[in-house]
Amino acid sequence: MEYILMIIGAVLVNNIILVQFLGICPFLGVSSKVNTALGMGAAVTFVMALATLVTSLLQKYVLVPLDITFLQTIVFILVIASLVQMVEIILKKVSPSLYRALGVFLPLITTNCAVLGVAINVTQQTIIPGHGFSVIDNTLYAVAIAIGFTLAITIFAGLREQLELVEIPKGMKGVPIALITAGILAMAFMGFANLV
Amino acid sequence: MSNSKLNILTKGFFKENPTLILVLGCCPTLAVTTSVTNALGMGAATTFVLLMSNMLISALKNVIPDKVRIPSYIVIIATFVSMIDLLIQGFLPSLSASLGVFIPLIVVNCIVLGRAEAFANKNTVLDSLLDGLGMGIGFTIALTLIGAIREILGSGSFLGYHFIPSEYNMLIFVLAPGAFLVFGFVMAAVRFIVNKREEKKKHCEN
Repeated sequence: MEYILMIIGAVLVNNIILVQFLGICPFLGVSSKVNTALGMGAAVTFVMALATLVTSLLQKYVLVPLDITFLQTIVFILVIASLVQMVEIILKKVSPSLYRALGVFLPLITTNCAVLGVAINVTQQTIIPGHGFSVIDNTLYAVAIAIGFTLAITIFAGLREQLELVEIPKGMKGVPIALITAGILAMAFMGFANLV
Repeated sequence: MSNSKLNILTKGFFKENPTLILVLGCCPTLAVTTSVTNALGMGAATTFVLLMSNMLISALKNVIPDKVRIPSYIVIIATFVSMIDLLIQGFLPSLSASLGVFIPLIVVNCIVLGRAEAFANKNTVLDSLLDGLGMGIGFTIALTLIGAIREILGSGSFLGYHFIPSEYNMLIFVLAPGAFLVFGFVMAAVRFIVNKREEKKKHCEN
């Protein structure tokens, strides 16, 4: 039960894009078609789960025992950057079809603050009350957060496909109208507040 | 100061404003602009990181091999971010609490890596320093503008001084949707002004 609540909380109530403001760059950048949005979502889910797993293990067994948590930012960003590179190389060899689907999005993910944001966030808060710092909980939370990311980016891509056909003032075109649409979408997501 | 040096410094303020024109570093812009104080704090922290990393990267540009330049830049940037993170935690604990995870996230702020890659690894130390300072100030201007609008409309105060009675406050502007709406409208206004200027320039040339 507590896991179901955690997942609903991560996907809807604390949606990473519309409530926590992480990962805005891919949200505005690649979300103009539903297909690319789904591809990006899949790539982010994969990398975020893997990155949170590795960084949580590092936090628990290396940084905290050695009392060097002040190195957290440097260690985490290096781990994420090399992880993304590694995933790219492995995917190229092992599954060329998956690589073709996700490939173009992978380099973009290194600078996606959502991945680092979630990795740092899970070390600062307990995911499920009473469980303490658990690597498995953290990884599940990262997957749930990534599902929320995919949900928001896909809904938004659908809206933007429609927006392209609408006549709007010249200065509003592109990013400004996208931001205003995102604001209205965020208002809709506010309806989920206090759900959990 | 010669004209070109001044131009490097001031281009980030408006003409190439990193947030409002180049649309870089959106996450902190949306997240920390609930009040002017937070916006100024975030702007100052990012300016420090930009300044220092631009300077060091430009000084080391002949030493760093081309193949590993991005990881090296990330390590340099992350070092300065850790420094400013610890300084803020130590001296301004309340600011650290309200900015939260967004201080360590300066590492992945596209502005910092973008300036390192686009400017600092091609130019001299002094030019890179001016560029970092200019871009940082431009970022701070954008954040403060959005922060001021949101704070005045949302909580009826400026820099913490209340001057609008609380029953007239529009809470939506301090919440998540307000961030997107204000950012969108400010960006549209800036683009409108820039477009108008360019049209005027074209008109004059004809």
